[in-house]
Amino acid sequence: MTSTLADKSRTTLKKKNKKRSQWAEVWRRLKKNKMAMLGLAILAVLILGAVFAPWIADYDEVVIKLDLVNRLQGPSAENLLGTDEFGRDILARMIWGARVSLRVGILAVGISILIGGSLGAIAGFYGGKLDTVIMRIMDIFLAIPGILLAIAIVSALGPSLINLMIAIGISSVPSYARIVRASVLSIREQEFIEAARAIGANDTRIILKHIIPNALAPVIVQGTLGVAGAILSTAGLSFIGLGIQPPAPEWGAMLATGRAFLRDAWHVTTFPGLAIMITILALNLVGDGLRDALDPRLKQ
Amino acid sequence: MGFALTVKSEGRIIMHKYIFKRLLLLIPVLLGVTFIVFTIMSFTPGDPAQLMLGESAPPDAVEQLRQEMGLDDPFLVQYLRFVGNAVRGDFGRSFSTKRPVFAEIFARFPNTLALAAVGVAIAVAIGIPVGIISATKQYSLMDSISMIAALLGVSMPNFWLGLMLILVFSVGLGWLPFAGFESAKSIILPAITLGTGAAAIITRMTRSSMLEVIRQDFIRTARAKGVAEKKVINKHALKNALIPVITVVGLQFGFLLGGAVLTETVFSWPGVGRLLVEAIRQKDTPTVLASVVFMATTFSFVNLLVDILYAYVDPRIKSQYSK
Repeated sequence: MTSTLADKSRTTLKKKNKKRSQWAEVWRRLKKNKMAMLGLAILAVLILGAVFAPWIADYDEVVIKLDLVNRLQGPSAENLLGTDEFGRDILARMIWGARVSLRVGILAVGISILIGGSLGAIAGFYGGKLDTVIMRIMDIFLAIPGILLAIAIVSALGPSLINLMIAIGISSVPSYARIVRASVLSIREQEFIEAARAIGANDTRIILKHIIPNALAPVIVQGTLGVAGAILSTAGLSFIGLGIQPPAPEWGAMLATGRAFLRDAWHVTTFPGLAIMITILALNLVGDGLRDALDPRLKQ
Repeated sequence: MGFALTVKSEGRIIMHKYIFKRLLLLIPVLLGVTFIVFTIMSFTPGDPAQLMLGESAPPDAVEQLRQEMGLDDPFLVQYLRFVGNAVRGDFGRSFSTKRPVFAEIFARFPNTLALAAVGVAIAVAIGIPVGIISATKQYSLMDSISMIAALLGVSMPNFWLGLMLILVFSVGLGWLPFAGFESAKSIILPAITLGTGAAAIITRMTRSSMLEVIRQDFIRTARAKGVAEKKVINKHALKNALIPVITVVGLQFGFLLGGAVLTETVFSWPGVGRLLVEAIRQKDTPTVLASVVFMATTFSFVNLLVDILYAYVDPRIKSQYSK
């Protein structure tokens, strides 16, 4: 009795160790990639800025308060990146903008992974007619360029933070469905799934406990790159007036208002755009790094 | 000789069959696309009849128009009527200009097409040579610089790039017009803006495809038998490396056609994308619906053409269909 218990605890310990070492291995490989580390550092700064935005600049007193005397001032000691057409500090608005962009980006990708991942897992696991129907519908969605689909959804539902997330989330559902389906198909036939079934695990348990953890790697990579795409779409939709509405600070919307003052105040458009570019760059670096770190073919 | 001829003509018939099959498969996709977009747009708040006649229209006139437009019919009937009209080129009339929507789109489509074509041409002219040089001189300074540039290219929001180009070349230097459609020069900045992202993607693709081909046995054989390095790259490697690049170029072209919305807005370029944005601002639902359907259709057709082209240029794919 005691020996079996000990055996059991030993095997769980072993399992835990193995699990940890698998992710530790990924982290070890990621750490070697200087570009990915640079991206991760930039992301850390952005996330810290977004989280602590209320302590850096007060929303009501700084971010949305009009100060027309100081409108369109260039960068100075007081306003490091200058002021916009209402005299608001651009740096403060950019920091609050990071909050909006990161939130929309992450939640939109969350929506896509949840819907697309489930559809892909179901299609791949059950196969047959269900697979055909789901994937044909995904093909139809793929025939509509993502930004157009998002534009159509937001223009019908009306611009708001939630509608924006839904629109961007839905428009990238098909790519996650495809990725998850492909990995499920490759995992489904493997022996450990057969073993799980032999000891009486039902479909739900097999999908949740065995298939999803093993299909995670490509989803993590695509998800990281997807957050970049979602942030880009958010900025684009806000730029044409379909995203975050003024006076709320959003990078794309800041660019759009700065467009009218291009001649007199270059800084109003330049800095928010740089913020978008640096964020996308960081996410792309981390995504590419993760892809290399998670690729088992590179394992020795 | 005669045998070769029959094989060849047989191959052509198979290719035609393939194209025909693909065209047939496009029909359900396009029906699905119109259904999705039609459903999404039906969530638009407000009564279309009211919107068409204006706020001050008398209620009985609105009711009469509702009847005429069949707005009280079941959803599916309305959708089928839309499709029936659409295949005859009738997408209804614009709420704002009262003109047929299809005519408006068709008048602007050449502008979008021109912009996407010049954009892709720029992307190819930059992407392919840079990609080849990067691959042949892997890990050189030139390679690092072009890879960093490509990374920046894919990370840059293109509408911001457009604004920055205006800032430098129109506001600062005064070389090029910042918006509109007056002279041939007007297309330069928007085309660069639109083409930059594609250039970055094509550069990366050319580089990785070239790197893969260079390592293959037939390249080693060519080198071993003493073929000049220039010829190895330009003839043996390039021909094979460019096959996947052609697909990417085609896909990018389709993507630019559909994604020109933001660039057209930045430069006030009178294309379909700008029409769409204006229509959204004016709550002109028929124009929004038709523009999205039109662009998605064009996108699907371009993708189909790319697939067919791919089957033509890659003998391995062709042989797959002749089996």
